[in-house]
Amino acid sequence: MTTSRLVEALARRHHYHPLEGLPWLAAIAAYFAFPSYLPLGAQVLATILFALSADLVLGYAGIVTLGQAAFFGAGAYTAGLLAAHGWGEPITGLLAGALVAALIGLLSGIVILRTTGLTLLMLTLVVASMLYEAVNKASWLTGGDDGLQGMEVWRIFGQFRFDLFGQTAYFYCLIVLFLCWLAVRRIVHSPFGRSLVGIRENVLRMHAIGAPVARRRLVVYTISAALAGMSGALIAQTTQFVALSFLGLDRSGTVLIMLIIGGVGRLYGAFIGVPLYMIAQDRFSTIDPVYWYFWIGLLMVLVVLFARGGVLGLFDRFRR
Amino acid sequence: MSTPALETRGLHKSFGALTVANAVEFRLEHGARHALIGPNGAGKTTFVNLVTGALRPSAGQIRLDGADITDLPQAARVKRGLVRTFQITALFRGLSVLENVTLAVCERQGLGDELLRPAGRHRAVIEEAFELLERFGLADEALRPVNTLAYGRQRLVEIAIALGLSPRVLLLDEPAAGVPSGESGLIIDVIENLPSDIALLIIEHDMDLVFRLAQRITVLVQGSVLVEGPPDAIAADTRVRQVYLGERMPA
Repeated sequence: MTTSRLVEALARRHHYHPLEGLPWLAAIAAYFAFPSYLPLGAQVLATILFALSADLVLGYAGIVTLGQAAFFGAGAYTAGLLAAHGWGEPITGLLAGALVAALIGLLSGIVILRTTGLTLLMLTLVVASMLYEAVNKASWLTGGDDGLQGMEVWRIFGQFRFDLFGQTAYFYCLIVLFLCWLAVRRIVHSPFGRSLVGIRENVLRMHAIGAPVARRRLVVYTISAALAGMSGALIAQTTQFVALSFLGLDRSGTVLIMLIIGGVGRLYGAFIGVPLYMIAQDRFSTIDPVYWYFWIGLLMVLVVLFARGGVLGLFDRFRR
Repeated sequence: MSTPALETRGLHKSFGALTVANAVEFRLEHGARHALIGPNGAGKTTFVNLVTGALRPSAGQIRLDGADITDLPQAARVKRGLVRTFQITALFRGLSVLENVTLAVCERQGLGDELLRPAGRHRAVIEEAFELLERFGLADEALRPVNTLAYGRQRLVEIAIALGLSPRVLLLDEPAAGVPSGESGLIIDVIENLPSDIALLIIEHDMDLVFRLAQRITVLVQGSVLVEGPPDAIAADTRVRQVYLGERMPA
């Protein structure tokens, strides 16, 4: 009797909890409540996807990276270049962005994932910096410092035009995020996903139980790159612009901050940290246009001091 | 002589001028209860690392059931039934006791690469892990994070994970290390009751444990095998007594 109860607890962990519907209800409610903020909303949704990609490598596999923007930017430039050169079909552009980012993730991962810790952190930075400079140099193609201009994104399924109010963009981002979330949720609950947690918790033991650790890390790095690429493509398509800063260290760092504020390795940290950060940024920069970053910093300090594990970590503590 | 479960031939490892394994000839018979002892720094853990593939030997050969595994990566050796535990507890710290063992069973069954099916669907895997916990008296703590367990209990989980891999050769690296003497009886019980078809190599400092469990003992000193034999011969050996001068040896 108790046996089956304990086994059941583990066997049912992947079942859906009603609370998991909350982010989606909130997203739909926000659409009706703040119709004038939809462009910002679309950016938030796309950035949640970016943070989700970072959570997969950092939160689950324990790979600390400062190069996630490389994949974000790769996806953005891929979708952007396609749209600027006569192929503005959004879905294929999105998939192409994911594919190119995944390829860069795979190839760079084969080289840099041989290392761990601080060395790996530096190498992720190197990959992102190299890509940044490459795109900067190739200004004949990418617009370099001025950013990529002249994108023309077609209607989704030939039906839904990207409108000025951001309605289409909002739902486009929401649906893509939802589908990616379903996939990521599947992955983290799969034996593969649990083995990633094993790698994070004790890589030595993971080797000793016969897990191909290097391959697992490479696979998750590639998947994460694809998701980041998709996120970049989403932002490129919905804003019809790609800036060099998409590949910048700033973006890699910011996404980690958002994730840490929300809670790392919890799947939902991205859904809390990203809106919190972006809304705070939007508000602070209106109230205090010069020193807004100070307030973000203060928020970060408070989280690190009083809310290890982010906002979700706080909830855990109150539940106990 | 029959093929031993595990054998090393001329196993050699040096780091620069420092030789940590020197032409080690070692045989572990099927179903053996064999202990590897030696003073601190004798190279016992290095030997385990060489055999399991965590370290590459400078020379020599490692054979599992007669097959040369010297060039096999660690994971492939585990798949062939060569399993170890750790002297310093190496658990998946934040995970529950049950999941610690489930991860091992999952890997053994080759499910670890499954991306899109929930782990919970593999009920049989979780049940198997749970049965192991029951056998070790850990069932009540199945859902607790493993790092909240008393240290002695963590040592049991250490062994349970290894058993989840269905080992044929099991290397126990100081299974009672760090456990208060009052609790080591629990660990000895568990080791005594391990299935008899598993060939056991116990690396240990605790002489009570060694002389209670081992049918054969190998003494390692400065990377070389000093002597090998049944427990009473080892206890009577003057060279061994010299090496262990000051340490307690049962007469």
